[in-house]
Amino acid sequence: MGGLQKKKYERGSATNYITRNKARKKLQLSLADFRRLCILKGIYPHEPKHKKKVNKGSTAPRTFYLLKDIRFLLHEPIVRKFREYKVFVRKLRKAYGKAEWTGVERLRDNKPGYKLDHIIKERYPTFIDALRDIDDALSMCFLFSTFARTGKCHVQTITLCRRLTVEWMNYVVASRSLQKVFISIKGIYYQADVLGQLITWLVPYQFAHDHPTDVDYRVMATFTEMYTTLFGFINFRLYQTLNLVYPPKLDSKAESELKAEHEEDYAMDSESYLEKLSALSASLARVVATAEEEENQLDQFPADGNMEAREKEQKEQEDQNRLFEGLKFFLNREVPRESLAFILRCFGAEVSWDKSLCIGGTYDVTDETITHQIVDRPDIDKQYINRYYIQPQWVFDSVNAKMCLPVEDYFLGVTLPPHLSPFVEEKDGDYVPPEKLKLMALQRGEKHGKIQEEEEEEDEDEDDDDDEEEDNDEEDEDLTEEKNLKKMEDQRSQGKVRLEQEEKAEEKRLAIMMMKKKEKYLYDKIMFGKKRTTREGRTAHNNSWNGVNGMVSNVVSMWLMPFH
Amino acid sequence: MKPRVSNLIGRQTPCPQVLLNKVIEHDIRNTVGNVPMEWYQDYPHIGYNLDGKKIFKPIRNKDELDEFLDKMENPDYWRTVHDKTTASDIRLTDEQVDLVHRLQKGQFGDVNFNEYEPSVDFFTNEVMIHPVTNRPQDKRSFIPSLIEKEKVSKLVHAIKMGWIKPRKPKETTPQYYDLWAKEDPNAILGRHKMHVPAPKMRLPGHEESYNPPPEYLLTEEERLVWEQQDAEDRKLPFLPQKHSCLRAVPAFSRFIHERFERCLDLYLCPRQRKMRVNVNPEDLIPKLPKPKDLQPFPTTMSLVYRGHTSLVRSISASPTGQWLVSGSDDFTVRFWEVNTGRCMKTLEVGGAVKSVAWNPNPAVCLVAVESTVLLLNPSLGDRLVVSSTDQLITSYEPPEEDKEQAVTWALSEGPEHNKGHRLTLTHPKAVKQVVWHGKGDYLSSVMPDNSSNLQVLIHQVSKRRTQNPFRKSKGLVQCVSFHPLRPYFFVATQRYVRIYNLIKQELTKKLMTNCKWISSMAIHPGGDNLICGSYDCRLAWFDLDLSTKPYKMLRHHKKALRGVAFHRNYPLFASGADDGSVIVCHGMVYNDLLQNPLIVPVKVLKGHQITHDLGVLDVTFHPTQPWVFSSGADATIRLFT
Repeated sequence: MGGLQKKKYERGSATNYITRNKARKKLQLSLADFRRLCILKGIYPHEPKHKKKVNKGSTAPRTFYLLKDIRFLLHEPIVRKFREYKVFVRKLRKAYGKAEWTGVERLRDNKPGYKLDHIIKERYPTFIDALRDIDDALSMCFLFSTFARTGKCHVQTITLCRRLTVEWMNYVVASRSLQKVFISIKGIYYQADVLGQLITWLVPYQFAHDHPTDVDYRVMATFTEMYTTLFGFINFRLYQTLNLVYPPKLDSKAESELKAEHEEDYAMDSESYLEKLSALSASLARVVATAEEEENQLDQFPADGNMEAREKEQKEQEDQNRLFEGLKFFLNREVPRESLAFILRCFGAEVSWDKSLCIGGTYDVTDETITHQIVDRPDIDKQYINRYYIQPQWVFDSVNAKMCLPVEDYFLGVTLPPHLSPFVEEKDGDYVPPEKLKLMALQRGEKHGKIQEEEEEEDEDEDDDDDEEEDNDEEDEDLTEEKNLKKMEDQRSQGKVRLEQEEKAEEKRLAIMMMKKKEKYLYDKIMFGKKRTTREGRTAHNNSWNGVNGMVSNVVSMWLMPFH
Repeated sequence: MKPRVSNLIGRQTPCPQVLLNKVIEHDIRNTVGNVPMEWYQDYPHIGYNLDGKKIFKPIRNKDELDEFLDKMENPDYWRTVHDKTTASDIRLTDEQVDLVHRLQKGQFGDVNFNEYEPSVDFFTNEVMIHPVTNRPQDKRSFIPSLIEKEKVSKLVHAIKMGWIKPRKPKETTPQYYDLWAKEDPNAILGRHKMHVPAPKMRLPGHEESYNPPPEYLLTEEERLVWEQQDAEDRKLPFLPQKHSCLRAVPAFSRFIHERFERCLDLYLCPRQRKMRVNVNPEDLIPKLPKPKDLQPFPTTMSLVYRGHTSLVRSISASPTGQWLVSGSDDFTVRFWEVNTGRCMKTLEVGGAVKSVAWNPNPAVCLVAVESTVLLLNPSLGDRLVVSSTDQLITSYEPPEEDKEQAVTWALSEGPEHNKGHRLTLTHPKAVKQVVWHGKGDYLSSVMPDNSSNLQVLIHQVSKRRTQNPFRKSKGLVQCVSFHPLRPYFFVATQRYVRIYNLIKQELTKKLMTNCKWISSMAIHPGGDNLICGSYDCRLAWFDLDLSTKPYKMLRHHKKALRGVAFHRNYPLFASGADDGSVIVCHGMVYNDLLQNPLIVPVKVLKGHQITHDLGVLDVTFHPTQPWVFSSGADATIRLFT
């Protein structure tokens, strides 16, 4: 026997975790700096399995970080930069206080800055990793680019965000990778397939923001700082993959055209260049001037069963990319120009708008070759006979349906059909809105009225039967007999099918009776959840939040607790 | 005081002498000073002259007409000015008019003033060789400044110490470059393998659309509920809205909030990898042999025996399977032919019939009516059987010494005999159940009563003897049964089933049913298995060789079980319950002791209507065919084949 008594909480999980305050003290950082560091380095708290053990017997609510994570932060060079900056601010304040203006100037010249390149590289070791995580960066940059240039954050940040988002949109147009679009009440969702990664982002409507008071803009600014760095590098790489010049330049041909028209309207050349880029109406300059993008042929693998499927898929994709090719659109001034121009250009259409609306319009309303004019007002005075006047939803619905929908439902002043989310994928048993069923039928190539016509025909047949009996036309009688026989057979087979189904259902019911109590409980719960979703007629998108309603994914990472 | 005009001119330039003189000549000086002349409105005078005499107003003021006439007629009207202080008109001279014109043009008042005269420097701009003054230079202009020295030395010191750094050179590297030019997948840090990527934002559903299908919009009530709920309880974080066109869609007020919350989630929320069980509900359903393979079993209702007017408590089939007897609350016992559904006989017994049981051996039927037990001869079928039955009952010889018995045995005579009554056993209490022993000589009756030990009686018909096997009450007896082969006796109380050995007269087993209240019990013809129905909707299957706890607990019924029965030959058992259904199960018992019985529900038979919350009251199987009879509270008996 003998030896020292083991003390509690000196080994095991208690030593693997560290509370936030202790971590902060260890790093010698203020809370704000600690937060900034966590955001930049992507460190998040962990939920220990045995909270009480880790909390040394106390049940007080605390945030725990992994000790390893904090040790990892200790070596971060940026921590030193934070401290330097703190010193700089102190010196500057002192110099101001003493009115030493030369000192102030000197200090300002040597303002310590930091770069986030190495952090980005460390967080995203490969390009695909970075691309996978770009959703939030995109949404954030799009939000910041719509901020007014007053107050809430630095003007440089806003202009940088605007620049990056314009670059991104130009890339998506150039690579034709847009897949789905959705007008929600929050803003417009876009989904693009960039190098095999599905990227979704949300763009707010172009309105002035009502800045809330209970939002900490410093946190948002820190995130944006990180995101802009990441986003810039990604843009660079993406432009490289398409052989485009970065920072983007307009095609020389397009540039000269635009220049000739609008030179006098804009005072500053640098300003107008970004505007021209954001107009999205011209193509970008390439590093190597290729005549046309060569079609990448799929290699033929002789013993590949999936080959056909892949070919088909690729063909479909190409068809979708050429959805609006050859169409000429004109945007009226009341429609959201940027989003529509972006979408239409992504699918190969020509777009223009009024000259006074924005730079970069290439043709006028009076152009006779315009095929579609997008209008969002109940009526329009002067209408051209050789073009469709449609509402903007047509563009969005067509993109989602991967086909040009019939324009009749979207004419001027017509009550629009509901706009459905393309992100919902119904599993069997879920509620499917009737509009979606109709759309799916359309996609399958069925004409809308076909089924009805068939029914009508049948009715006619029946009428004919009656008539024919009266007429006693022999041939026709034979025919009708055959038909009747067929019908009876059908009925019989239907009856058989029904019987079989009933039998199956009863078997299942009886088997359910023999379930164990535990399994029965689980089964009932799953079934209840399923029924509820169908009953509510809502999508099963929130299944993952419904609890046991499984069948979805094997491994999911999730938030543990709502923190706010 | 001078007139205003000249005053003004005098301030601007030195006035030409001529003009001044002329004005002074003309002037009748008013000494009131620069006061508003309105003060003199009500007086005849407008001031005082230098001598202190009143200056009187002119007798007649000019009115508008005068003014007009003046304007029309007087050629000098345009150069006439009214002087308020003297109340007289002054005609401006040519010089004065000229001056006014010049001032209006913004020129100098003085005609002779030259504004473009050549400028003469105050100091010469040429550098002179000689000093202006002859003063010798200071000493301090030769000695280096101490203060400056101090300042410089401070700067030098600061530079030496590294406090002041030279200006940083401008960065030459571009802001963005190919960061992933040298991608090395092996260089991934260990902690990235453990990294839990943040879940992506939830993708929007149809309800978030600006123009959703109408079924996704909330109704008025739902909207009210939504508004009253806490933000955390809400199923949807926003109210679905419908806009007629894109132009009408307003800005989303919580956009920045939502982005901010996402940011908070990203850096404040603990993350955890969770394995989600991939449960397919179909996999949970046990794989059982198909009922089709387990035939025969009753599947359809084929006959309904109608005739009773009140609920049919009990039924029993004759051992040949030709007859069926039923007892009802309408005080009658009816005999039916099974195949035709015809009521062969109706006997009034003068009380609600609680239980009927057909003697397994001859054609004697036994009926328990309230506090009496009747032995009946139905006189149906083979005449030989009928006569042998009567002989059996009449062959009794009373013993020499009469013993005191718990019940009185009485032979029926007269009209009652003609009706079929043979023996009447009058019990002291209400009889709930009667049951025959397999041989047909012994029968047992149950009089549930918690307080006394006289609950179960065993009667021997041939000797007309009655025994009370228990000395002590062990609880309210629900039902009893004889073992089909061995001398065992099963007694079910509220929660337990006790098995007694009748020869050794001892308790051999006590089965825990895990039920709240047993209602019925049936014993497998093999004798090693037992089922118990209970009022708490459960059916317990006991394997007597295995354990005293149920081998299987079946919760098939939704309501209280009333009757259970085993088939004599086929591996079937049935249970009837208050939900109006009879569930037939396949219950195969194997001879191999190691193999557990196989229990598969094969059919749910429905037909009985529920009256007064009672459904099926009794079930019994046909002795030879896979048919099941059930009697219900709707006064019918049904045959399922």
